[in-house]
Amino acid sequence: MSDSSRKQTHRQKKAKSEHQEEAAESSSAMHDELDQILDEIDEVLEENAEEFVKSYVQKGGE
Amino acid sequence: MAIKKICGIETEYGIIHQGTEEFNPAYSSSVLISAYLAAQESEHPRWDFNDEMPGNDARGFSRADVLSPDMHPQLANAILLNGARYYVDHAHPEISSPECGDALSAVLYDCAADVIMQRSMENANEMLPEGEQIIVYKNNSDGKGNSYGCHENYLMDRSVPFAVVAQGAMAHLITRQIYCGAGKVGTEIPGEEPTEGGFQITSRADFIEEQIGLETTIKRPIINTRDEPHADYRRFRRLHVIVGDANMSQAATLLKVGTTAFLLAMIEDDFLTREIIFANPVTAMRNVSRDLSLAEPQQMADGSQATALDIQWELYEMSRKFSEMGGLEHVGENTGQMVLDRWEQVLTGLEDDPTSLAQQLDWVAKHRLISGYRDRHGLSWDDPRLKAFDLQYHDLRPEKCIASRLGLEEIVAPEAVLEATATPPSDTRAYFRGRCLEKFGSHILAANWDSVLFAAGDDSLQRITLLDPMEGETEELARLFDMCETPAQLLEQMGGKHV
Repeated sequence: MSDSSRKQTHRQKKAKSEHQEEAAESSSAMHDELDQILDEIDEVLEENAEEFVKSYVQKGGE
Repeated sequence: MAIKKICGIETEYGIIHQGTEEFNPAYSSSVLISAYLAAQESEHPRWDFNDEMPGNDARGFSRADVLSPDMHPQLANAILLNGARYYVDHAHPEISSPECGDALSAVLYDCAADVIMQRSMENANEMLPEGEQIIVYKNNSDGKGNSYGCHENYLMDRSVPFAVVAQGAMAHLITRQIYCGAGKVGTEIPGEEPTEGGFQITSRADFIEEQIGLETTIKRPIINTRDEPHADYRRFRRLHVIVGDANMSQAATLLKVGTTAFLLAMIEDDFLTREIIFANPVTAMRNVSRDLSLAEPQQMADGSQATALDIQWELYEMSRKFSEMGGLEHVGENTGQMVLDRWEQVLTGLEDDPTSLAQQLDWVAKHRLISGYRDRHGLSWDDPRLKAFDLQYHDLRPEKCIASRLGLEEIVAPEAVLEATATPPSDTRAYFRGRCLEKFGSHILAANWDSVLFAAGDDSLQRITLLDPMEGETEELARLFDMCETPAQLLEQMGGKHV
């Protein structure tokens, strides 16, 4: 079986069009949810990002 | 012939110590670990370096210049009740999970390690002077070119030549990045311009410079040749995989370990239907990490081209076939099935719409969030706020951790994770180590992966060796632990028998 026909088999299996419709419906909900998470994250982010990033120095390990 | 894929994850965590002028990461790591151990009621015997040989190379030679971590004997180094090792490795706190019977168990003990780190932070910060704080990150680099690892270990049949293992595993380790990656803002290859979009799929790809080799700290290879089975060296090999990212997502960890276990079992059974060889594996590793479209074809050694997704579909199909022909026996029946189903679902999602996997894959979740944050504030990709965001994704403090706010799918129940912080897996030799610690901790002088050293009570020492990682709980062993009141009784009952 070639690579492309293998993938087609998968695509056929899972009724792609239905999946896409569902995805479109949930897209705007996901956007709202993202906004909400970002609001929440804004409150916990390190205040001085530049200083924090500069001070985060590790030694190589392993 | 394929053997059960006993596996484990060893994670070096990033560490910072705020409020101190002289931050010594090895010292702070030791404080962190000692604070945790002091808060436990149980004994935690020291690690026994008896079987450490990190200079042994699977290609058949040995190097004396590769040092064992016993260079720092004064630093914390202990065995936990769940059979894990908790210690200072170079400049990081590290937890090496107990030997796990399958990928799902590896997820459980990886989560337990994170909880142990969280408790360690709480314990240490209670002890530290006002204004000081130790913070731990589950990530793999500092964004400035310094990397530390999240390694996986897989038990393999020694009779399979190492060259066959190396050749068979390489393509998987390069292409599994598309679902295992933890995501990273920027690049850490000196002199390289930031990638288009400023984001890549994995943290580790920048640090992989060789196809094969013994090193883990410089010139890191895709295939690591360290040959320390920590078991009967005539029967077993331990494949030490160093290319992976530490994952916050349980689904990514499950896939990382579960798919690799499938691949290795298929290699042992000579089940791979064709050799998949990249023209330039190191370049492919980096290219795959940088291709967020997942559509860029890579050059193969036979002149053809393939995307990482193409190759993953092919390996998935082989694994599915392998499972139908009895292969699940080696990767855990239920867990193997779960891995296959999720593998298919994730490849399908990556092909159709990666954002549909934002609750399953770290790099997708992180990219979606950081992109949203960047749009909201109109930031360029090199803005330090995005790098800070990236670091904080991996912050293990519950009140600061970004990953824990995203509703990432839980595969193991929180109660089971708590239990796993102090209980060993029952289906590997970790059971014996953990039960010995629980019952006879104060009589154990030291222990390591393949032995437990007892003070027998009559001034003599007795070592019990654990040469078969697959030996877990048996009725007989459980009966002995219930019955024996002293280690001397246990030793007598076992009659010098090795587990």
